[in-house]
Amino acid sequence: MYDEISKISALESDQTEKLHNKQAILPPSTKPSAERITAPPVSLTNVSVRYNDLIAIEQANLDVPAGQITALVGPSGCGKSSLLSTINRMTDTIPGCHVSGEIWVGDKNILHTSTDLSYLRRQVGMVFQQPNPFPLSIEENIRFPLKEHGIRDKATVNHMIESVLTQVGLWPEVNSRLKQNALRLSGGQQQRLCIARCLALKPSVILFDEPCSALDPLASATVEELIKQLTPTYTVLMVTHNLAQARRIADHIAVCWMQSGCGCIIESGDTESIFERPIHPITRAFCQGDKG
Amino acid sequence: MVSNIKSKYAANELNLNKAKFKHNIIALAIWSTALLTVSLPLMMLWTIGVEGFPQLSLQFLLTEPTHAGRSGGILPMLISTLWILCICLVTVVPIGLGCALYLSECVTADSTIGRIVGLSLDVLSGVPSIVFGLFGYAVFAIQLGLGFSILSGGLSLACMVLPLFIRTTEQALRACPTAYRRAAEALDLSLFAFVARILLPSAASNIAIAFIISTGRALAETAVLIFTAGYVTRIPSHWSDSGRALSVHIYDLSMNVPGGQPNAAATAVVLMLLIIVINLVAHRLSKRWQLLE
Repeated sequence: MYDEISKISALESDQTEKLHNKQAILPPSTKPSAERITAPPVSLTNVSVRYNDLIAIEQANLDVPAGQITALVGPSGCGKSSLLSTINRMTDTIPGCHVSGEIWVGDKNILHTSTDLSYLRRQVGMVFQQPNPFPLSIEENIRFPLKEHGIRDKATVNHMIESVLTQVGLWPEVNSRLKQNALRLSGGQQQRLCIARCLALKPSVILFDEPCSALDPLASATVEELIKQLTPTYTVLMVTHNLAQARRIADHIAVCWMQSGCGCIIESGDTESIFERPIHPITRAFCQGDKG
Repeated sequence: MVSNIKSKYAANELNLNKAKFKHNIIALAIWSTALLTVSLPLMMLWTIGVEGFPQLSLQFLLTEPTHAGRSGGILPMLISTLWILCICLVTVVPIGLGCALYLSECVTADSTIGRIVGLSLDVLSGVPSIVFGLFGYAVFAIQLGLGFSILSGGLSLACMVLPLFIRTTEQALRACPTAYRRAAEALDLSLFAFVARILLPSAASNIAIAFIISTGRALAETAVLIFTAGYVTRIPSHWSDSGRALSVHIYDLSMNVPGGQPNAAATAVVLMLLIIVINLVAHRLSKRWQLLE
């Protein structure tokens, strides 16, 4: 595992050089650059999520600081993923789903009717639990969404493909077989390709919905390391079941729990204080492994 | 003591033997039902083949029938069948694909409009083919003035095949993993781009199978065509001409023409071979597509 990580970090430093040489569109995450708009904070105020008459989330409040990793932890079924998908309004397409409250991404309340959904989805990227590359070639997986968003210039697109694949550490592994079907990649590679695809649209906030839970430990470590490298360029909100993982990579933790039949955020704060000095008794029990 | 254990052993052995026997009987029963299923089409091919194969020759395929079909070949029927099939499929594929896309992408199965469309499809697919024949006759032949023609036949056949094609295509589209849909949504891809680049290619092999099933169904249909395409044995020169399909020819020879049985069997062999070939092609295509994926 450590071998893998050190390989990746070696890659990272390698790519850092490359990217600098080429004046990459996406600057290496380790060195935030002024040419990029800084990542916005995300803030949820009294957010409730309802599926018809069933309340999934009740009055959730959460602050996701800019350019840091916030992990949303809690047992299954407490509405973590529902809450996550309100932030890029993926909940819009679920029949009967209703979201109320305020969700601020930067200085915009994205629940407001005037929100440009297309812009929001580009600004807030999402990576899913199950790696879901399209059944296209590796490069086409990135080129196709770019094309859809009006970026068609061949040189720009090729440059972008190389730069995002480098950023996720896939470039050395796949540069000789970019035309190969993406479904032939391993699970971990597929997940990194999905992250690259998401990065290509230049989001400033990235939502991860249990990004490692379908992966083996080695691939999981690689992806974890990658997520860490995404800050402070991106604001990251990640759902995870894995408390150890949350502790390893997150700057902030929010604990989600079922209370009287619906999900609530019972406590949030920086990682150290949540693990060392939890206030809520459930948080204490959960973080010390007695519950959940 | 020892004899007691021995007798226990023996009893146990007996029970085991009984269980084995029971198992064998059940296995035999299951095997024989499977054998029966396999032998049915073979028996059918055999019965028709014995009578039909001796009549079969290139001559049979390339000449016109004489003596009301007792002798001669089936060239006009082959041509009429192909015409009717073409018109039917050219109508069915765009309408069916559109409707299937609408059902799978634009409405949920439990929405009012989804239910209404679904219900009407179910009703349509349950309607006996003779009713489609009468409907086609009343609407296409009489009201629209198309008369007994390849066009009325093809269109009536399309009405009959449509629900089958829509349902099978809809299933093919719904089989597309939701993960792709979610990814497309999160990346804000347009519905058109998603359908054209991801959905249709990933469902292509299953849609091809839907197409083949529909072709087979259309190829085998008789009742719809008697009332609409007619049964003139000439080679049709235009789609407004009347023409006799293969299945209608089989029906006519075996029902209305004394001594027409051998040629009816030969025509049936041709029809079955056509359907088998079409199915094989579909199978090969879907395999190749899967490899490409």
